Amino acid sequence: MSDVNDTEVQETPVVVKTTLSITVDGRAHEAEPGQLLIDACEDAGSYVPRFCYHPRMEPVGMCRQCLVEVEGPRGPMMVVSCMTPVAEGQVARTETPSVKRAQEGVLELLLANHPLDCPVCDKGGECPLQDQAFSHGPGESRFVEEKRHYEKPIPISDLVFLDRERCILCDRCTRFADEVAGDPLISFTQRGNNTQVNTFPDEPFASYFSGNTVQICPVGALTAKPYRFKARPWDLEQRESTCTTCSVGCRTVIQSSRDELLRYQGSDSDAVNWGWLCDKGRFNFENVNSEDRLEQPLMHDGSNLVPVAWSQASAAVAEALKTGTAAILGGARGTNEDAFAWARLADALGIEMRDPQLSDGLPAEVFGLPSASIEEAANATTIIVIAPDLKEELPVLYLRLRDAAEKRRSRILEFTAVSTGLTKYSWKSVPTEPGLQASVVRNTLGEAAVREQLSKGNVVVVVGRASLAESADHTVAALSAVLAEVPGAKVLPVVRRGNVRGAIAAGLGSNSNATEILTAAAAGKLDTLVLLGADPIADFPDTDLARRAISAVRNVISLDTFLTESTARASVVLPASAYGEKEGTTTNLEGRVTSVAQKVTARGTSRADWMVAVDIASRLNVDLGFDSVESIQRAMIATSVFAPMADGGANTREGVLIDQPATALPAVSATAGTHSSYDLRLVVSRRMYDQGASTTHSPSLVGLAQRNVLRVNSADLARIGVASGTSVRATSSKASVSVTVEADDSVGRGVAHLTFNAPGINAGDLIDVNASVNDIKVETL
Amino acid sequence: MSDHTTADYSLGGQVPTGPKILTSRWESADGHTYDGYVRTGGYTALRKALTTMSPAQVHDEVKASEMQGRGGAGFPAGTKWGFLPADVHPRYLVINGDESEPGTYKDRLLMEKDPHQLIEGIIIACYAFGAAQAFLYVRGEMALAQERLAQALNDAYANNLVGKRICGTDFSVDITLTWGAGAYIVGEETALIESLEGERGMPRLKPPFFPASKGLYMQPTIVNNVETLSNLPYIVNQGGTSFKDLGGATSSGMRIFAVSGHVNKPGVFEVPNGITTFRMLFEAPEYCGGVRANRKVKAFIPGGASAMWFFDEHLDLPLDKPTVDQAGSMLGSGAIVVMDETTDMVKACWRVVRFFARESCGKCTPCREGTTWLERILHRILTGNGRREDLDLLFEVSESISPGLAWPPRQTTICPLGPSAVSPIASAVNRFRNEFEHYIEHGRAIAGVEYVPMHAGSSHGAHAHV
Repeated sequence: MSDVNDTEVQETPVVVKTTLSITVDGRAHEAEPGQLLIDACEDAGSYVPRFCYHPRMEPVGMCRQCLVEVEGPRGPMMVVSCMTPVAEGQVARTETPSVKRAQEGVLELLLANHPLDCPVCDKGGECPLQDQAFSHGPGESRFVEEKRHYEKPIPISDLVFLDRERCILCDRCTRFADEVAGDPLISFTQRGNNTQVNTFPDEPFASYFSGNTVQICPVGALTAKPYRFKARPWDLEQRESTCTTCSVGCRTVIQSSRDELLRYQGSDSDAVNWGWLCDKGRFNFENVNSEDRLEQPLMHDGSNLVPVAWSQASAAVAEALKTGTAAILGGARGTNEDAFAWARLADALGIEMRDPQLSDGLPAEVFGLPSASIEEAANATTIIVIAPDLKEELPVLYLRLRDAAEKRRSRILEFTAVSTGLTKYSWKSVPTEPGLQASVVRNTLGEAAVREQLSKGNVVVVVGRASLAESADHTVAALSAVLAEVPGAKVLPVVRRGNVRGAIAAGLGSNSNATEILTAAAAGKLDTLVLLGADPIADFPDTDLARRAISAVRNVISLDTFLTESTARASVVLPASAYGEKEGTTTNLEGRVTSVAQKVTARGTSRADWMVAVDIASRLNVDLGFDSVESIQRAMIATSVFAPMADGGANTREGVLIDQPATALPAVSATAGTHSSYDLRLVVSRRMYDQGASTTHSPSLVGLAQRNVLRVNSADLARIGVASGTSVRATSSKASVSVTVEADDSVGRGVAHLTFNAPGINAGDLIDVNASVNDIKVETL
Repeated sequence: MSDHTTADYSLGGQVPTGPKILTSRWESADGHTYDGYVRTGGYTALRKALTTMSPAQVHDEVKASEMQGRGGAGFPAGTKWGFLPADVHPRYLVINGDESEPGTYKDRLLMEKDPHQLIEGIIIACYAFGAAQAFLYVRGEMALAQERLAQALNDAYANNLVGKRICGTDFSVDITLTWGAGAYIVGEETALIESLEGERGMPRLKPPFFPASKGLYMQPTIVNNVETLSNLPYIVNQGGTSFKDLGGATSSGMRIFAVSGHVNKPGVFEVPNGITTFRMLFEAPEYCGGVRANRKVKAFIPGGASAMWFFDEHLDLPLDKPTVDQAGSMLGSGAIVVMDETTDMVKACWRVVRFFARESCGKCTPCREGTTWLERILHRILTGNGRREDLDLLFEVSESISPGLAWPPRQTTICPLGPSAVSPIASAVNRFRNEFEHYIEHGRAIAGVEYVPMHAGSSHGAHAHV
């Protein structure tokens, strides 16, 4: 409505109707154009039973449960409401005798071969078939024949079991695998009454997203190993929360029984995850329940770490922080409140050196660029991707961008040295080599076809650190090159850890990055190093520097959930409470602040990071001005960055977006020469399952991490004269390791790929973090 | 209009005759070869169409012929072609050679005995509606048909009758020969399209898309039956009106019927469409030559296993689509199965239902679960374990597949396969309830019926009588 001044000519306002008028069971209803009748009926108060229909997937009209009558030119016509779009003047009936007869008939048929093993079925109590048999079913079965029998259940992957007797062949899991995940590894086999879902011979359903099929299965046919036989749905209590495994920030429902986390389900957030979760985020709650969790503070007695009381440990930490030079690494695994409390403590104690990242991410300035939301990225005309393999590192963002490409909303222009999950969905995937990205980007953006594509609409750059074996400067330079060419482009920075953005917004970033901090430590210039859930020896790209730094610092203070190689050398180890055990908020890669919920009691005597900060502050007579999550949040809202939280928006499913102060990218002189013809340029990136604590301490996931191999293009391998599958010596400026080499043409020419933090050889041994790029020589043993 | 329209429908009346337009080369030893085809006037229609007629003129002749599609639904071919959206290319012709209904074997013989006639028809159709690519989908089991079509295609390509710049004109079309893996359901046009695309052969839902607007690879697609296309050379050469005059007022042209079951000479017969009666077909010496051992007809299926059954009171109906529709069944794909008075109706019913249960694709619930349930109830009755309530249950389950058990059937299913399994039950149980009750009471058939397998004298043993 425009503001029309009274003195101006008044015209009859033209009301443009944007809805469609339909009638459902005699009631008038306004439906959205493009809506399906099944949804419109539900909005109008008439729930239509359904099994195959899922609002996030293409309808198939297979189960036939959602039959309703629609008035047609030749009288009422039975239609499947999940395949029928609403139309102006449509008259639908969902409760006539013939509709009820049809719905009861389909339900009776669905139940004909369904084993009535509800009492021992995990789905019993939350089963759409059970529920709808009660609400819309015929009441009793007249099927006296013997039911279908199959071996039950069969494992179709390391995580998922399939009971084909319970399956009602709704095509949800198979559609999800094909349509949403792009992993069509399960399919219908046989036909007619023998139709069954199965994998292909010797090909398990090894999808990173397999857990979603369990969640959307409308019966108990698909069950997941971590939850099987653990609880009955009516014994579960649940709260909505946010997954902090990576920085996508998927909304979840965390469920527990008897104070033990038992299951995570995806919650459907339009802005973020559409209800999907990756298997790591879904199943790594097991690590919270792990026997190996730290339960009480430990202090070094000169030879061993021994349990001590919190008072003793806190006092030792306070003492260490009182004098000398200190630095803080980490904080990106906790909540905003944790990071905020530690940042204020650091301010009060004058601790200048802080970094929530471990030189494995991006400079904080990228968060100050014009920021794109996931929704904007997934609807952009062009998505430029200069990032690690999103399928491995930010899996649900991968799903969203894949969907954008598959539904032809967006074209993806990818720059990468090694093929990624998105490569096959890319309009153009441009091979690069570490060190040369900026020039490759400049050349590509100069091509006529690319220019034309970029001019067609808005552009979002998804930018992240594709390789840990190269300076972040190369990524920054490539991003600068894009922004110079496409000034209106928005940026979606992808970082791996859950709350990097929140930690930086809360003040845990500084002018010193992790490399500088660890270099200072190694040089003996640091007295105290606080590790907030950080394990530099495992996660810092240059393992040698991390080891030297940790050894050289007098006081290493670690807050963590598990003992790690880094914490094992600490003078004080404080047990931290984990995800699911603490309350607060988190900030995802878009700057979206959402709630994190406590569902179970913190393990042992473990505390949230913020509590430790408050405790230490009080021991040092510092008043931080808060002593609870609520009071920290009040203090946060008083800062300009977190001010948008004031209206409580962080407690909604979609959360609230914050913006960091605008910054310019740092000027970098990122050049790297071409490597000598004897060398291969090293690319080191992460995979979903690695030796990180959340995988290694989750029994269901630990076996999924694959051993490290050196992947090299087959042409390079032939040139070097090495056969695929043999052991070779890989030598960098830092170290020389023996490793199995594998021919892999998804790796570009001149490049060698290793996985970071994978079982087997440690890629970090080969990396010099101060080098612009790292080259390796590959020789036969 | 032919003078046959006033013919007496009793056997005593004159059995109408007409030219062999589809089966003219079946008796000839080399009718299936290129030389044999060309020697008998083959490919003259194609040259005539390409060099003297516009595509619209060809289409007009087909419309004038009023030819009903011979695949089963009987929809006028010329009208179907008119559903293609203008100026959307590429568009495809898909030829449905997946004839698989029990008792249906006319298309197989057309492909085996006169493959060039089909190819000529395909090119003419493509010319008429502007397709540059045709896909000829042949049922998996038809080895001889596949072999002969492949040879015929090679010869046609070699003689510039298929491929680039056909007969030196600007018109080009390619025909891709492909075959299925033996599933009845891919005879349904959208399942056939799925199969062609390399997917599991399962029907698509119509709506939202119909093949004519979005079919193969989501492009406009016409799916035509083998017999339908085989008529085109005649229509082009002789004109649509001349074709129309061969048949009755509401059924134009000649038509092939495949008769199997308890007749003396089962086989495939080309008869004037719409004016020959069932009795004539069964009794006339030039056709089936009477029911075996002079027995009475107990029941017959007039148009494929999915049709409602007919009985002796229907014998004098003409083989005319509107007439048969009106009488509560269909001519379908022209497969007629005759059962004499010694037939065990319970077993016959079970055999037909079992076919549909086994051929259900499994996509939608009512067909997947319902057809099997029906088959198992019938099998239980046959094996002496029937219960009194089973007959009602048969109808109840049928009702869940085909509400109201109406004709033409309504359906809760995606495609007509599910309701097809209901037809034999609705027919046999209603008419011969006593036989079902006898099984339930006594665990065996009534006196005087013996079990005769349905395929006896059917496609495998049959010869073409033309």
